[in-house]
Amino acid sequence: MNHYKSLLTAGAVLLSSVLSSASAVAKDEPIRVGIMLPFSGVYAALGDAGRNGLKMALEQNADKLHGRTIEYIEMDTEARPDRAPEIATSLMSQKDADFIVGPVHSGVAMGMLKVLRNKKPIVIIPNAGANAATGPWCAPNVFRTSFSAWQPSYPMGQVALDRGYKKVVTMSWNYGFGKESLAAFEESFTKGGGKVLKQIMVPFPKTEFQSYITEIASLKPDAVFVFFAGGGAVKFVKDYDAMGLSGKIPLLGSGFLTEGTLAAQGDAAEGIVTGLHYADELDNPANHAFRAAYKAEFGKDADLYGVQGFDTGLLIAQAVDQLNGNISDRDALIRVMEAAVIPSPRGEFHFSKAHNPIQTIYLRTVENGVNKVSGIAATALEDPARGCKQ
Amino acid sequence: MDFAIFLVQLLNGVQYGLLLFLIASGLTLVFGVMGILNLAHGSMYMVGAYLAWYFTQHTDSFLLGALLSAAVALALGVVIEKTLICRLYKRNHLDQVLLTIGMIFVFNALQSLLWGNDSLGVDVPELLSGSIRLTELVEYPVYRLFVAVLCLVLAATLYLVINRTRLGMLIRAGESNREMVECLGVDINRLYTIVFGAGVMLAALAGVISAPIASIVPGMGEHVLITCFVVVVIGGMGSIKGAFVAALMVGIVDTFASVLFPGVSSMVVYILMAVILLIKPQGLFSN
Repeated sequence: MNHYKSLLTAGAVLLSSVLSSASAVAKDEPIRVGIMLPFSGVYAALGDAGRNGLKMALEQNADKLHGRTIEYIEMDTEARPDRAPEIATSLMSQKDADFIVGPVHSGVAMGMLKVLRNKKPIVIIPNAGANAATGPWCAPNVFRTSFSAWQPSYPMGQVALDRGYKKVVTMSWNYGFGKESLAAFEESFTKGGGKVLKQIMVPFPKTEFQSYITEIASLKPDAVFVFFAGGGAVKFVKDYDAMGLSGKIPLLGSGFLTEGTLAAQGDAAEGIVTGLHYADELDNPANHAFRAAYKAEFGKDADLYGVQGFDTGLLIAQAVDQLNGNISDRDALIRVMEAAVIPSPRGEFHFSKAHNPIQTIYLRTVENGVNKVSGIAATALEDPARGCKQ
Repeated sequence: MDFAIFLVQLLNGVQYGLLLFLIASGLTLVFGVMGILNLAHGSMYMVGAYLAWYFTQHTDSFLLGALLSAAVALALGVVIEKTLICRLYKRNHLDQVLLTIGMIFVFNALQSLLWGNDSLGVDVPELLSGSIRLTELVEYPVYRLFVAVLCLVLAATLYLVINRTRLGMLIRAGESNREMVECLGVDINRLYTIVFGAGVMLAALAGVISAPIASIVPGMGEHVLITCFVVVVIGGMGSIKGAFVAALMVGIVDTFASVLFPGVSSMVVYILMAVILLIKPQGLFSN
């Protein structure tokens, strides 16, 4: 009998030691951060910048992680929506990622969310602006640290009216983000009594704009509102200027028109007015510190995509800190993320119910090759999150 | 659309068409003479644009940059033909497709490694940077007119070389019967090297002169390649004359379609191709 009892005790001791070592493992185990960004293809520069910002924030805040280390699992999305579900599944099921950061491209975001909505990993979108991600497709485990397509464009309608423009032409590539940007602008512009003479949708990714610009000249609007980004933005702005329209028909845009493209656009971009949640020149301590650190670490100037990656890192660090390093309780994790206030280089922001930033949209004017902040287009602007039920 | 605007749009279409011809001419030349379908032709266009950017940066002269780019492109073409393409002559079209698609990936990776992924721009040369006033509102950039004229000059040169020189005679002979040309003691391999080098140079040259009016971005070659194939197919595979007529057609049709039928404009060029192939299955001027 005695013998039996001692065996039981030994078993209990053994079991408890196994259990305690198991919990120690959970605490010592690295936090797995999956990165789903484009490192090749058209958006590779954006993917690089986002990854740089993310890692920099987590390095700077290593002391807030309560001894936990970060393990990065990097996947190249190639900005291909068709590959997104497969990569997302692998990060979730095989790599058991705690956080999945990505993507840049809105199409990829939709593919990712199809798999990851309401699943275990916390998804943080550091760029893709498709309204749906924090609209009809919103979910407790999906956060966005960038913007919704609606946000930078909606205030520009009022800006146009304030400047006395009554009739405008709007123009964009014919894809989701472009359509959402134009719709947001037109929403506020027509509500205030403005008239849209024509909406020009250019097939994506066509960059032969001559005929459309000639069409604009024949319509003689008071101003033109456009959404283009990257190479298309460079080409459009140069063509518009070469046709003699800049200075005669003012150009307004969602901020992406002059973001990361000014060097290539040169003088042609002077005077363009855009709205965005960030500007390189923003004068606040967080931005100065961020830009100096980024330049020192990566040898080039930070951009918007670096900022958004950085804020994603800040969000993760803050959440881990609040929970003393133990992120195993998913509901608690989501609660602290919802309550987070991010000291971003763009200015402090927090999240809406739909998990999209409530943020300031700055008015920027291109002067001598930089986006000078010329005012504020909207303060604490919250995306309407149409169709989100949370 | 009033008459002045109509004329500006026509000019847009012709100018776009001439640029398309310059890109497509190299593709159709190489196919016509060598029977090689070079899917990496668009990559050569991209390489030309990046080279123009690189050399213009370092020499501060667009002209010098353009000449250097053309020379490098020609050398690149010769090297590619001597090392890779020469292995394809006795093989089937599937092998050509595999190799030349592989080359697209290699060139895209090289571009990313050498020049990064940012969008780049080249300034229009000072001399050509002005604009000509057309209507009270619209001006037309001198550089675009220059591009149109340059493309016409190159088209005329190509025509003269092919129809009036010994090299051209060999090219035409090679098109119709390559075995016979070889039997007559002509070094067909050398001819192929020259033709492929010239084809690459034409594509690169199109990239070079587009550089100031295009945006230089990763993947720019693939977009061009598709339109280029439409031109070559409409014109008749291998026909330079066909490529010229087809490029102008595509340029003008695409320009007006984008204004008149904005909803379906991206399809119109393909519809044009389908209709022409229904009537002339070999294209307008097939050999």
